[in-house]
Amino acid sequence: MLEAANAEYLMSTHQPTINVRTAPVAPALPPLRIGSFTLSSRLVVGTGKYRDYTTMQAAIEASGADCVTVAVRRERLVDAEGRSILDFLPLERLTILPNTAGCFTADDAVRVSRLGREILEQLGNPGAGWVKLEVLGDRTTLLPDPVGTLEACKELVKDGFTVLCYSSDDPIIAARLRDAGAASVMPAGSPIGSGRGIANPAAIRMVIDRLKLAEQGGSAEYPVIVDAGVGTASDIVHAMELGADGVLLNTGIAHAQDPVRMAHAMRLALDAGWHTARAGRIPRKLYANASSPWEGVITHIPGE
Amino acid sequence: MRIELNGQHKELDGPATVAQLLLTLGLERAPCAVEVNAQLVRKALHPTHALAEGDRVEVVTLVGGG
Repeated sequence: MLEAANAEYLMSTHQPTINVRTAPVAPALPPLRIGSFTLSSRLVVGTGKYRDYTTMQAAIEASGADCVTVAVRRERLVDAEGRSILDFLPLERLTILPNTAGCFTADDAVRVSRLGREILEQLGNPGAGWVKLEVLGDRTTLLPDPVGTLEACKELVKDGFTVLCYSSDDPIIAARLRDAGAASVMPAGSPIGSGRGIANPAAIRMVIDRLKLAEQGGSAEYPVIVDAGVGTASDIVHAMELGADGVLLNTGIAHAQDPVRMAHAMRLALDAGWHTARAGRIPRKLYANASSPWEGVITHIPGE
Repeated sequence: MRIELNGQHKELDGPATVAQLLLTLGLERAPCAVEVNAQLVRKALHPTHALAEGDRVEVVTLVGGG
């Protein structure tokens, strides 16, 4: 009886009142244009390393990405039961970006690009027209081989591909790749899968300036996408604050403990970084600068 | 006839085209691409491209990747 009365009392008087209030929605980000391709999301996500296809599917959905990367590999001829990743990708609304991961020579990267295009043409996916070019130096660092990348880029451009070049964070090779016809240069924040974020922010900034500033021979329209090394959402904010047009990542989502939640976080981070880069941050100062006025204080101020 | 298929030796019963090979493998409808001796053989040419003794054939598809 007493318990019931208590419960009733609590219900009637201690029901917390929450004023639900929604902030105005931030302005939408403009689409990302890469050559003749237009993406509504500036986040491009990989499809590798997920524990299962269902998690991958949900994470892609949460990321808001409309472009995902895939790799080209041998058919596993022994496993007739093997489910294809293609059954788990909504091909009608995703643009597939095939990569040349695992290529260590320009020749192999060109071969793999053509094979990827062939499959995407059969699927009728717009991704048939482009490739994420990776020509890697070795298996330990997975860092780009700049000479091989440049050579393959020239060949693929000649063959009609829209080429997105995975590159190191060096502004000189970035400009060479752009001059060779790359539709986008994608400098690595840090080595693939390392989760070390933007290891050399000054270098990334120089790549972005070189490709986008008119006084350095660049164009504001030229898309620079930071690719590789993203470990957490703040790495994306960092890349976008440095002036990147977009971010490409895989492991940071796929290997997070909760990949779907991390995909949400990555999407929000990209928006946060985009707006930050355009909002004009305050300069850094060594000492403090009070936010509340000194005028009218009723206190003793030390030293005054 | 012996060919190398995806890095493994394979014995074919007789002369075969790329299309016939894919049929044998049950991949005639699968989204895949075929290379013979490091040269892409476009889908339209599968029915006419005859395989030769010792050909190195790669049959590839798309997998998860970053």
